[in-house]
Amino acid sequence: MNALFQYISTVFKGVGTLLTGMKITGKYVFTPWNNVTQQYPENRDTLKMFDRFRGEVIMTHNENNEHLCTGCGICEINCPNGSIEIISKMELTEEGKKKRAIDQHIYHLGMCTLCNLCIKACPTGAIVMGQNFEHAVWDRSKLTKVLNQPGSKIAQGVKE
Amino acid sequence: MGFNIYDFSGMTHNMHLWFLERMSPTATTIVEWTIIGVSYMLFVALFGLFLVYAERKVCAAFQQRLGPMRVGYWGLLQTIADFIKLLMKELIMPKSADKFLYNLAPFIVMIATFLAMAVLPFAKGLQTLDFDIGIFYVTAVSSVGVIGILIAGWSSNNKYSLIGAMRSGAQILSYELSVSLSLVTIIILAGSMQLSVVVESQRDAWFIFKGHIPALIAFVIFLIAGTAETNRGPFDLAEAESELTAGFHTEYSGIKFAFFFLAEYINMFIVAAMATTVFLGGWMPLHFGSFESFNVVMDFIPPLVWFFMKVLGVIFLIMWFKWTFPRLRVDQILTLEWKYLLPINLINILLMSLVVLTKFHL
Amino acid sequence: MSETKEIIITSDKIHTDEYLVNMGPQHPSTHGVLRLLVRLEGEMVHNIQPHVGYIHSGIEKMCEAISYPQVIHLTDRMDYLSAHMNNEAVALCIENALQVEVPERVKYIRTIMDELSRLASHQLWWCVMGMDLGALTTFFYGLRDREHILDIFEETCGARMTLNYSVPGGVMFDIHPNFQKRVKEFIKEFRKKLPEYDQLLTGNVIFQERTNDIGYLSLEDAIAWGVTGPSGRGSGFSCDVRKHQPYSAYPLVQFEEKLATKGDTFTRYRLRMEEMYESLHIIEQLIDNIPEGDYAVKMKGVVKLPEGEFYQRVETARGEFGVYIVSDGKKNPYRVKFRSPGFSNLFALNKMAAGHKIADLVAIMSTLDLVIPDIDR
Repeated sequence: MNALFQYISTVFKGVGTLLTGMKITGKYVFTPWNNVTQQYPENRDTLKMFDRFRGEVIMTHNENNEHLCTGCGICEINCPNGSIEIISKMELTEEGKKKRAIDQHIYHLGMCTLCNLCIKACPTGAIVMGQNFEHAVWDRSKLTKVLNQPGSKIAQGVKE
Repeated sequence: MGFNIYDFSGMTHNMHLWFLERMSPTATTIVEWTIIGVSYMLFVALFGLFLVYAERKVCAAFQQRLGPMRVGYWGLLQTIADFIKLLMKELIMPKSADKFLYNLAPFIVMIATFLAMAVLPFAKGLQTLDFDIGIFYVTAVSSVGVIGILIAGWSSNNKYSLIGAMRSGAQILSYELSVSLSLVTIIILAGSMQLSVVVESQRDAWFIFKGHIPALIAFVIFLIAGTAETNRGPFDLAEAESELTAGFHTEYSGIKFAFFFLAEYINMFIVAAMATTVFLGGWMPLHFGSFESFNVVMDFIPPLVWFFMKVLGVIFLIMWFKWTFPRLRVDQILTLEWKYLLPINLINILLMSLVVLTKFHL
Repeated sequence: MSETKEIIITSDKIHTDEYLVNMGPQHPSTHGVLRLLVRLEGEMVHNIQPHVGYIHSGIEKMCEAISYPQVIHLTDRMDYLSAHMNNEAVALCIENALQVEVPERVKYIRTIMDELSRLASHQLWWCVMGMDLGALTTFFYGLRDREHILDIFEETCGARMTLNYSVPGGVMFDIHPNFQKRVKEFIKEFRKKLPEYDQLLTGNVIFQERTNDIGYLSLEDAIAWGVTGPSGRGSGFSCDVRKHQPYSAYPLVQFEEKLATKGDTFTRYRLRMEEMYESLHIIEQLIDNIPEGDYAVKMKGVVKLPEGEFYQRVETARGEFGVYIVSDGKKNPYRVKFRSPGFSNLFALNKMAAGHKIADLVAIMSTLDLVIPDIDR
């Protein structure tokens, strides 16, 4: 008799736990306004990444097309993957002295692990992390970027 | 050709006469068979696609997602796009597969589902075959599908497929028993195995209400066993995605895979339709004893709508099971059947016999 | 497969009714590219032979060519679910070698981040565990709640998984002004959601049947195979590094090392669920008391470790993670070795799952919480 009682209680307890589970899923199926899906390409306008989001390395330019990069190459040394190549050139300053300046700041996005070490190491704050994350391109060569804009020069007063 | 949405028997009779006037009886039979066959195929294709879409949407709702949204309005054309994709896919056959059986298996599974659908009463007069052993026939032919699954698993010459097929064999053979016994419970109550009679005798009240607790227990057991028989979660051991990759249809691709896939959904429809017909009054509207005005309003809704509403309700319940519960292990699935469902079922039949003998249900 | 044939030929113990199945490298439940060579007799598993190395990326060798701060960012890629703990292990090792005392604020931030990572990792483990057992809905509920933690990470660290937040001497950035508010909101929300996890899966009779009394691992075996983390603690192996060798702010907080003795799959499952509550408890103690101060000490531009050998252990979500650095005084390490918990845990699988069914093998593997890059490195 005891065994029979146990058998029946097993059945009822089992069914009870199953119903508890169904209650949880049922709660969500009947409240579809709580859905968490984001419709990605449609919500591009409202989708805003966090300020610190690490999407790509960019070099900031002001309205006079001036940047802060001195071409010192510290970012290149700090990069673990060799994603940054600095090609510098010698320029004559107004006083007639020779001074190093950036010719091309080459950035290989395809190799970058977005570790933030270059930005942390940059002494002048010339490079920062951009929030763009849509990097898909049809051709791998497009992932190699020159960060300083053509014709740009270093802003006044920035020293190594 | 009088078209009556509440009773199709007049329409079918008139059609028959119309054909007989114009051609010989043999030709009439062939034409009628063709019409029926084509409409069944259309129904299977369209309703199967709809069920796949519904499953994806329902599953998404359970998981707080939206599901397919891109193809067509709210993703309505998604399954059609998938179907076209499957049609165009290459049919890959393993080199060491048994070619004849490998190609035969999807058709056996498909044929079994078509056979079972033949006796389902969709509405008054809308039933292809009205056997006097209708329920018996459904339980018999619905287990033909397992032969297809076994053949598929064996002939693909894949170890995962073989394990899946063997699991499925053990599972369906055992659960066949529970399905039949829970139906027997209702046969006792209805006094007939003819589906039209079963539906007709639920005019005043559905069997699930009429049969008191035994009918309710039988309904629950039928749902569990029926879910098991269609190889759906939590009894999807034959596929067991996380254990056997895809189980018995691992090696199938393209349209042959689609056959298995479609058959699974149509089997789910058959189980739901049987549950509807036998327990929930088939196409009969919902009636409450003395609420006359309520009953009149319910009568106004066409039987076809009633039938599909109930079927979709049961299908939703089956989906609810699938998207809530973990999968059982193979020995547990047999324990559940032989230790729990079968004894409860037998006692339930006794209870039902008592109810009928004491005329408690009237 | 030539390898398979070889085994059949060389072993004369194989019976004719046994057969070999390759579970993986592509299999839904091996969570990546793990390959298990499983000997089956019908449904019964007789022997499991894990084959690792399909995602070996040579991280240890790579470390020899790069400087110490750069080593940290590679550790993100090993156990990507415990990325911050891995980062912290290397940072602590370097700090100990240089005998740098980090500010209190850093310790607090690191500990909170540790526990958030542990929560995120356990959430993912929970949902994958459900999915392995066939309850697919759990997968989305777990990911839904994990998203909040990833948002917190993204706001403060700038990345969701590969955080690279610890640096030698502190952390990369100060915490975001919203950090405390968001963490508190998350805790409040998640304390409501955790009981739902239990109702949906833990209490479920099918789940109980599937996990109870399978995959036993005895205390002796756990110690012998080096099974650490919740998997080891399920067998009664007190191995929580947070308790035994406290680091960062762990000496300052009250928490319990959850231990159980039964050692079956359900025990390991339950311990991880309890650890989630513990993690919430630890965060609650710290979040309001983050001291003011610097978020990093000023380090030299080039970090050079003194000559010698250095070892640091931390407790990741999977178990004990060790960093062993041999330095010859240069700016690159001479040799780096990582002791990853997943590797040791995986090889106890044969002990636990042999004699069970295939379905049990999947369940047991889930409770070990394997991350394949962690095993292969």
